Amino acid sequence: MTQHLQRELAKLKRKILSLCAMAEESLQMAVKALETRDSKLAKEVIERDYSIDQEEVEVEEECLKLLALHQPVAIDLRFIVAVLKINSDLERIGDLSAHIAERALVLQKSTYIPSPINLAEMADKVKVMLEASLDSLVNMDTDLARKVLTMDDHVDETYRRMYEAVIKKIQENSEEVVVYLNLLSVSRQLERIADHVTNICEDIIYMADGEIIRHQRPNAVVL
Amino acid sequence: MDSSTLSIEKETSKKMSLTTKFDKQNMKRAVDNKVTKTVIEAKNLSVFYGMNQALFDVSMTIQGKQVTALIGPSGCGKSTFLRTLNRMNDLIRSVHVEGTILIDGQNIYDSKVDVVSLRKGVGMVFQKSNPFPKSIYENVAFGPRIHGERNRGNLDGLVEQSLRQAGLWEEVKDRLTANALSLSGGQQQRLCIARAIAVGPEILLMDEPASALDPKSTARIEDLIGELRKDFTIVIVTHNMQQAARVSDHTAFFYEGNLIEFNRTQHIFTNPTEEKTEDYVTGRFG
Repeated sequence: MTQHLQRELAKLKRKILSLCAMAEESLQMAVKALETRDSKLAKEVIERDYSIDQEEVEVEEECLKLLALHQPVAIDLRFIVAVLKINSDLERIGDLSAHIAERALVLQKSTYIPSPINLAEMADKVKVMLEASLDSLVNMDTDLARKVLTMDDHVDETYRRMYEAVIKKIQENSEEVVVYLNLLSVSRQLERIADHVTNICEDIIYMADGEIIRHQRPNAVVL
Repeated sequence: MDSSTLSIEKETSKKMSLTTKFDKQNMKRAVDNKVTKTVIEAKNLSVFYGMNQALFDVSMTIQGKQVTALIGPSGCGKSTFLRTLNRMNDLIRSVHVEGTILIDGQNIYDSKVDVVSLRKGVGMVFQKSNPFPKSIYENVAFGPRIHGERNRGNLDGLVEQSLRQAGLWEEVKDRLTANALSLSGGQQQRLCIARAIAVGPEILLMDEPASALDPKSTARIEDLIGELRKDFTIVIVTHNMQQAARVSDHTAFFYEGNLIEFNRTQHIFTNPTEEKTEDYVTGRFG
């Protein structure tokens, strides 16, 4: 019985890691589509969001099945609850990556204007955070998860600077307001993805240490 | 037959003159007083069966009007601990107890303690239901009667009240004179609970009270425990961890005679402090 549960939990871990990899790949592709104004790649990101959604449903069903059939407790229970929550964060990251891809499609049709803040750099930070959260999930490394939490502050700060810069640019050059709003939107999606990554890290800390650390940091973005 | 009642019967025949009138105040206090307070305090308790030590230096404090579950693999000492709480181990010749158990501040292993009055205050329900081969009414009236209650009206009232508290009244009120053995297993167990509470105990000890019952009867016993905790302090030994999780406020995990962890039940089943507890409750050993 217990061995059966342990096998199922191992399977669940593989599933959530694979979903994690899919979300990470979507983000990478979306950022690349934006940088290279590649509409084909952007469409691909939007397409593959369906498979992420399907995968998310499967993981959730798997979790509900394990809860109903095995009534797990302690670490097993915390693991499943954490997976349930990480699962919806990953699904949202997939959605937000698709939104970035949609912005890329719009921007591809507009005149090329460089972003006032380096979006590639911002995207890199978010990617590093997502990768680190994946590593901390694989290795149950709560130190790494805590480090990722502090990285979110830099992303928030970048978004704040972007917001101010875009306002200034629009005031200077109101003809390109659509382009600037799209660029701002991209940075907003990136900032949100980073927020979901912090949720994931908080869930990993809960899973490993049983400590709930949510809602302890000051509200991140205040504009 | 219920061995605690047996011993009560034997000893009371000698000490009948000493037994006081059934203490209605006691029952009333049990019903009215819902304040949580320390009722049982074990201090450095060690128990030996001959040369074998079954409990090692166990100290724990059990709160009043709460359900405390004792869990652990077979032979871990949980039943031994339960049995020390009303000196059931006295019945085993080779048993030797060290340390103290205070109930309401009094050391129950003090030589001056009258075991009969102790067991009146600390009732017990066993794994297998063990009603007397008498009528339903007589089963419940037996305890109060040997403790000196003779008034038929009082006895009738007590029998009804106890059966109601045990959630059995509606099922048996029309056949109180029927033989208790004609009841189903689950009903017999609830009758035993009614019998235990009829003498107005403060504490109820339950040794796997539902393990011989089908799921529906088990659920009734669990619901009943939820009701009884308003009036009694309950200590329950169970092998069924989900049951411990469902019915108890606090859980104590015993392993190889040691108390490994004693904490709020929610804590034990979501985020135990000790690794051994985590391994046991998740079924990794035991």
